[in-house]
Amino acid sequence: MRLTQGAFSYLPDLTDEQIEAQVNYCIDHGWAVNIEYTDDPHPRNTYWEMWGMPMFDLASARPVLDALQACREAFTNHYIRISASDSEKGWESLRLSFIAQRPAVEPGFQVVRSNGPGRQINYTTRSYATDQPPEQRYRDV
Amino acid sequence: MEPTERSAEDRYKSGVMPYAQMGYWQPDYEPVDTDVIALFRITPQVGVDPVEAAAAVAGESSTATWTVVWTDRLTACESYRAKAYRVQPVPNRDDQWFAWIAYDLDLFEGGSIANLTASIIGNVFGFKPLKALRLEDMRIPVAYLKTFAGPPTGIVVERERLDKFGRPLLGATVKPKLGLSGRNYGRVVYEALRGGLDFTKDDENINSQSFMHWRDRFLYCMEAVNRAEAATGEVKGTYLNVTAGTMEEMYERAEFAKELGSVVIMIDLVIGYSAIQSLSNWSRRNDMILHLHRAGHGSYTRQRDHGISFRVIAKWMRMAGVDHIHAGTVVGKLEGDPLTIAGVYDTLREEVTPQRLEHGVFFEQPWASLNKVMPVASGGIHAGQMHQLLHYLGEDVVLQFGGGTIGHPDGIAAGAIANRVALESMVMARNEGRDYYNEGPDILRDAAKTCGPLARALETWGDVTFDYTSTDTPDFVATPTVS
Repeated sequence: MRLTQGAFSYLPDLTDEQIEAQVNYCIDHGWAVNIEYTDDPHPRNTYWEMWGMPMFDLASARPVLDALQACREAFTNHYIRISASDSEKGWESLRLSFIAQRPAVEPGFQVVRSNGPGRQINYTTRSYATDQPPEQRYRDV
Repeated sequence: MEPTERSAEDRYKSGVMPYAQMGYWQPDYEPVDTDVIALFRITPQVGVDPVEAAAAVAGESSTATWTVVWTDRLTACESYRAKAYRVQPVPNRDDQWFAWIAYDLDLFEGGSIANLTASIIGNVFGFKPLKALRLEDMRIPVAYLKTFAGPPTGIVVERERLDKFGRPLLGATVKPKLGLSGRNYGRVVYEALRGGLDFTKDDENINSQSFMHWRDRFLYCMEAVNRAEAATGEVKGTYLNVTAGTMEEMYERAEFAKELGSVVIMIDLVIGYSAIQSLSNWSRRNDMILHLHRAGHGSYTRQRDHGISFRVIAKWMRMAGVDHIHAGTVVGKLEGDPLTIAGVYDTLREEVTPQRLEHGVFFEQPWASLNKVMPVASGGIHAGQMHQLLHYLGEDVVLQFGGGTIGHPDGIAAGAIANRVALESMVMARNEGRDYYNEGPDILRDAAKTCGPLARALETWGDVTFDYTSTDTPDFVATPTVS
């Protein structure tokens, strides 16, 4: 499967040049840029691990691209996303979020059903990747 | 017409007196910050003085009746009288006037759209001396706004819950509107969501008919939602329409949607303002996004001479507290002048809606931190218009392609993919600083090179447009004469 979280997952994976253009868009709006990574891409896993602190007051995209490169080297087979935070009153949340790296093989998710009364079914979405303990996820690819 | 100073004895003598002389016309009145202000378009009957007509509207929408009553004198009647304070001819019309009318805050019960509207659009729209009457805009004072809770979720929190940022959301209404069984209906939902849409939607008249019981629909739809979430790793939703004949039935359906784990429920405007406020409260208690379909509004919002402007309905719905509202597409099949629609979108999404006469917005409206409402653009739109949609409607909007998804020659999922690829490529181009509005067709063609479904969509619908003259357009002069 292909995880389609983020703003651009239906397009071919972004080149570094394309990532730089998006980061510049965020900088032009005065947003802080954050890099996060995870090996558990469950749709409700809100808190991916932070790669350092969000970067405020950026003058160029360079520090983001350098940090992204370092994160990729440390986690060659994880998901990495770039997000931008806007502190404007009335928003104070993310303005953009997109995937900047994905593992070579994405095992996807299983729907687990439990039958209830009146034909009611309770659903759970289970990530195949998290079947393994953290150090063994995405290991053989 | 000048208001007349009268002695109390003279003013309250039994009989009939022009409204303007009863205190409802006060050209020197300066509205205060806590006043509710309404702007009416008045078409008096031939021979009726426009100022007297405006005073009559003020009177009939506040304390007056057709004759003098002595019981006025038992009250602080001067503060309860609405005051028409300005009348101006409508630009380029010789039979219509704009009238500004101020209402004291104490005329209205807090937190009740029903009470507000019972005054403002109560008796007065059937008043004989007027040929026609339209409520064009209102200024709601912050003091009154603070008695409403507003949208239970709002744009920002909706995005946080869905984990979707930086692009418009995508939806589709399941078609055909009527007749699908629950099982077939869920198929459409599944294909559209796994293809790439964020939401699917019940249509306004899908409730619980002979061909599909509501419980059946909810169960099959949630199977589809959960399968699509697993197939994509994204949060998905389907607007489960809980509209029914009674509040009890609507609560029952909403509770069931909650038990099944739906992130969103839906209601129709025709259930009424109080029912909307009740379901807004329910949604706030249950962390549910509340989608409103504006079924019925065209019967009173579309004609410029009579009724209520949709921008006023939008304002009331932000107060009543809905998270989504259908608000026009500009380029689709339904009524939608671009400037008028910009005024409605501003009303729903801004922290402070600025006065813009060219958009039909007569008053600056601060929103006092009431959540923002996500506008929904639905009706006759397709992937080939993506650059126009992004340009006119912006980023915080749900773009709903019903026919433009389900009618795709290669199937529903292909239609969804086409829409999502068109959207993402346009947002990416915009963020890169490209002139996406003018280069839009090129951007779409480039994206279609690596996306067969988009290529097919452009072949099928690329040239479809709905180019008709709009009925509801603002009347304004380039040099505003109002404050």
